[in-house]
Amino acid sequence: MIALLIRDLRLAFRAGGGFGLGLAFFLIVVTLVPFSVGPQPALLGTIAPGILWLGALLACLLSLDRLLALDYEDGTLDLLLTAPLPLEAAVSVKALAHWLTTGLPLVLAAPVLGVLLNLPVPGYGWLVISLALGTPALSVIGTFGAALTVGIKRGGLLLSLLVLPLYVPTLIFGAEAARRGAGGQDVSTPLLMLAGITLATIALMPFASAAVLRMGLR
Amino acid sequence: MSIWSYANPVKFLALSAKVQPVLWVTSISCVVVGLIWGFFFTPDDFRQGSTVKIIYLHVPSALMAINAWFMMLITSLIWLVRRHHVSALAAKAAAPVGLVMTLIALVTGAIWGQPMWGTWWAWDPRLTSFLILFLFYLGYIALWEAVEDPDTAADLTSVLCLVGSVFAVLSRYAVQFWNQGLHQGTSIPVATGERTVSDVFFYPLLVSMIGFGLLFLALVLYRTGTEIRLRRAQALRVRLERAA
Repeated sequence: MIALLIRDLRLAFRAGGGFGLGLAFFLIVVTLVPFSVGPQPALLGTIAPGILWLGALLACLLSLDRLLALDYEDGTLDLLLTAPLPLEAAVSVKALAHWLTTGLPLVLAAPVLGVLLNLPVPGYGWLVISLALGTPALSVIGTFGAALTVGIKRGGLLLSLLVLPLYVPTLIFGAEAARRGAGGQDVSTPLLMLAGITLATIALMPFASAAVLRMGLR
Repeated sequence: MSIWSYANPVKFLALSAKVQPVLWVTSISCVVVGLIWGFFFTPDDFRQGSTVKIIYLHVPSALMAINAWFMMLITSLIWLVRRHHVSALAAKAAAPVGLVMTLIALVTGAIWGQPMWGTWWAWDPRLTSFLILFLFYLGYIALWEAVEDPDTAADLTSVLCLVGSVFAVLSRYAVQFWNQGLHQGTSIPVATGERTVSDVFFYPLLVSMIGFGLLFLALVLYRTGTEIRLRRAQALRVRLERAA
């Protein structure tokens, strides 16, 4: 398992792995927002938590189609399927590697980009906490979507169509927690719900992803 | 004779051929009677005026939009557990019908909302849930279209239906938390039996609801039959190509 994790991380960091592309995409989304809604600081401050959450979600989505597709093309996935390691564990490690290379950098970059959007001062801590709690769920759900579409040629757009509705609950509670944090309100309810969603998806989704992967590669 | 004997496509087709004429006649007459009764022979509501009459389209279609997904969930489970092809094809056949029902509910709701709420659309929990349900239907149909091998497609869409159901329910309660409602509560609570709709409006609505339910059944049987025959035609074509 650790060998697989290290392999995935190494592939992501070296050229062609697309590490940093998600971050760059996040930066561009946040940069474009003031151009589309206008540069008024008050308006930007109000919508900043939502925009940052949406940007992180889209950046996560963008990197999903290479999560399993590259391994499918070069045959690694067939090896994993026959390996002694349970497929459930393999997809969990894949999701973890995806989170470490996409989710974690987004969490760390979010406060910096928050400055660009004039995020209110009390919001920074809660933004980072809500993203840190929520992005693992995005990675795990995204792995399920990637497993569903792995055998389909040009499945990228279909992947987005399938995964985005599944992201709705996570986005609602995550953005709500960040918004309440920025407004100085009590954040415990949405934050607890978000943590619940993340833990439940981490516990259950690998089984669905592995089942789907076995069906798709049969 | 158990219900599973109808998993045999021949028996299924024979039964559905027998049932379908009755279903078509009763469902269409129920819908026509319900709508005409509702549109022309009920009084206007004293506050909503004649816009109240859109209820005879809105409520039955919304009801069937949810029940269609529920039916797909059950048939997907049957496919995953017992591997009956008819079951998987019934789920495939029901999806576009459910999509259209969802669309009818959304559009009629918007048309009613414009004069009553003063807006075509509001981010109300019920409206938002229906929009999300619409997206789920779209994704489900798109996945069926995208996978080439029919058995793999049935497997993948079944799992998507199961996982999607969990997330649809989750979204339903999440949006309730996220925004307060504008949509009124149900007028016909089944559990308590205390209707807030007067009998004058209720009976045509009931006829219309029964009609929509039967119409859904007839459409699904018809479309499932088409899918079975399509599958047979493909098998024949493959056999001919191999022989040649």
